[in-house]
Amino acid sequence: MNDVVTPFLEATVRTATPLALAALGETLGQKAGVINVGLEGVIIAGSLGAVVAAGAGGVTIGLLGAGLAGLLTALVFGVFVLWLRTDQIITGTALTLGALGLTSTLYHTVYGAGGAALSIPTLRPVALPGLSFIPVVGPALFHQPVVTYLAYLVAGVMWWFFYRTHAGLALRAVGERPEAAQTAGIDPRRIQWLAVMASGVLGGLAGGSLVLAQVGTFTDGMSAGRGFIAIAIVALGRWHPFGVLGAACLFGVASALQFLFQSTGSSLPYQLFLALPYVLTLVMLAGGTRGARAPAALAQRALTLR
Amino acid sequence: MTGGPWHSDTAPPVRMTRTPQAWRSLGIALTGVLFVSATLALVLTAGGFDVGTAGAALLRGAAGSPDAVFSATLVRAVPLILAGLAVAIAFQAGILNIGAEGQLLAGAAAATATALALEPSLGRGALVMGLLASGIAGGAWAAVPAWLRRRFGVLEVISTIMMNFIALYAVGFLVRGPLQEASRIYPQSPTIPEAARLPLLLPGTRLHVGFALALVAVAIAWYVLRHTAAGFRVRVVGASPSAAASAGRLNVPAVTMRAFLVSGLLAGVAGGVEVHGVTYALYDNLSPGYGYTAIAVALLGGLQPPYVLASGIFFGALEAGAAAMQRDAGVPLMLVWVIEALIILAIVAGQVVNARRRLMSVEAGA
Repeated sequence: MNDVVTPFLEATVRTATPLALAALGETLGQKAGVINVGLEGVIIAGSLGAVVAAGAGGVTIGLLGAGLAGLLTALVFGVFVLWLRTDQIITGTALTLGALGLTSTLYHTVYGAGGAALSIPTLRPVALPGLSFIPVVGPALFHQPVVTYLAYLVAGVMWWFFYRTHAGLALRAVGERPEAAQTAGIDPRRIQWLAVMASGVLGGLAGGSLVLAQVGTFTDGMSAGRGFIAIAIVALGRWHPFGVLGAACLFGVASALQFLFQSTGSSLPYQLFLALPYVLTLVMLAGGTRGARAPAALAQRALTLR
Repeated sequence: MTGGPWHSDTAPPVRMTRTPQAWRSLGIALTGVLFVSATLALVLTAGGFDVGTAGAALLRGAAGSPDAVFSATLVRAVPLILAGLAVAIAFQAGILNIGAEGQLLAGAAAATATALALEPSLGRGALVMGLLASGIAGGAWAAVPAWLRRRFGVLEVISTIMMNFIALYAVGFLVRGPLQEASRIYPQSPTIPEAARLPLLLPGTRLHVGFALALVAVAIAWYVLRHTAAGFRVRVVGASPSAAASAGRLNVPAVTMRAFLVSGLLAGVAGGVEVHGVTYALYDNLSPGYGYTAIAVALLGGLQPPYVLASGIFFGALEAGAAAMQRDAGVPLMLVWVIEALIILAIVAGQVVNARRRLMSVEAGA
């Protein structure tokens, strides 16, 4: 039994990791009232950043490159949405288009028209002493690449930040009532900038973990809608760091099912399993977000009192 | 209140100014063109391409010869005009339909299946039935996010994107399963017979009757939006759903739903016309992202059908030029998406700058 369940759970957590990192970043932005539909673009930028940087200097540099690429993409988003105050959804859509196009263009330009498969160093699973020996779930949760532990850590720190610090309270206030926050002496603009930048780093790391801990190379459009799925995960996780972590695992299950059915030699068409995470997103958005409430000032453009 | 987290009016649609102060707008437009061109030149230079060579290839491929115009630019413009019109109608109604790509693919698949099934018995009639089927399929593909929005308040930006991916895999399945060609080697459908194809509009070119269909669609959309009560309702609901609801006598969810379905129908027809007029078969990469480009087409056209026609032709030229740029200068085709993104960003930024200036001049006058 363990030789089916454990690899399945292990694949669940592995495929959930990039989704969790991206969704946690998006949670941070949305709690501050900014919805970044360009998350997909941030992720793909992180993936390319990871490939380029890891090829040059190993996995650690690769992760740094991923975070930096995500940060730069979020910076572009910030300039339009936070500085010019353009529509967040249209701007995010354009950012996704542009980042998908630019990463593909750069990749094929730098590595040849065929986009030669690069061999880059990847992240190996690290066993956490003690914890990884727990039967069944131990290896799945605690014998993972370091980025998975990073996701656990980010969720914990984010919970502490949101609900136990003044800065976290200020950030939530900006997402709910920016005018009120401003009256209380908070600078909504500054908070939103910081939140968008931090969420850019996390989105970039999500793209990086996709490359360094899962696929091992870059392909055009490899983010494959994960940015949009992550936005659904934020709503499903009810804008709570641990809820988001759990919701990400649910989507990990959908992807892991794919591997399970392939290994059992199922006669069902494989496109069915490839489409499963997207169908699940629709079902979950319809059924799983009842009673959840988004930050009140989400996507609001006018921010400060005049 | 169904309590979904996504409220339909969290995202105000992009709005164009109707009577712009001509010179100021021209200034903003020129700044936009400069911004797009400069960033593009920067990307090309960074990629190690010669900007002059690439630019010349772009112009040659788009408008360098009658063949470039009638067999490349205008042929590519057909799906872009139809899908651009689909996006424009949705955006006018305050629906952010990013799903034209999926609706287009659904339309293409339905058209192929219908034409292949009916041609033996109906002959030319199969063409009509195929186009009808494509519209119905596109509408059906849009009905899912439309219903999710109405019933559960699901944000259509996310749901339509999900439907795009599902359509992509559905086509992948069809061309390797039920719709695969007889030899079962290639992942594509059989070619649809001569009788079920759209006739050529200009003999000796590749321009087909679909272009005329697109013109008719533009004219109808323009008339309905500008001169009928139904079109007025769509614009009112899009301008402010809450104001439309409190004004009464207006069923806002129903108007939204109908506009969403019409939008899907048009995008579906774009796919059907592409199959009947250009590809004559269904396969994986049938659409090079026409549905995404359609967003840029609609926004550049200010969501107004006549301008959508012009911007559809502009983007058709861009796509044709980009293909030549790839052939002659080795510039990757995906650069088109970068150009589209830059144009959208320039438009939204220009609108904000324009609105701010107007606000300031109003305050100064008061």
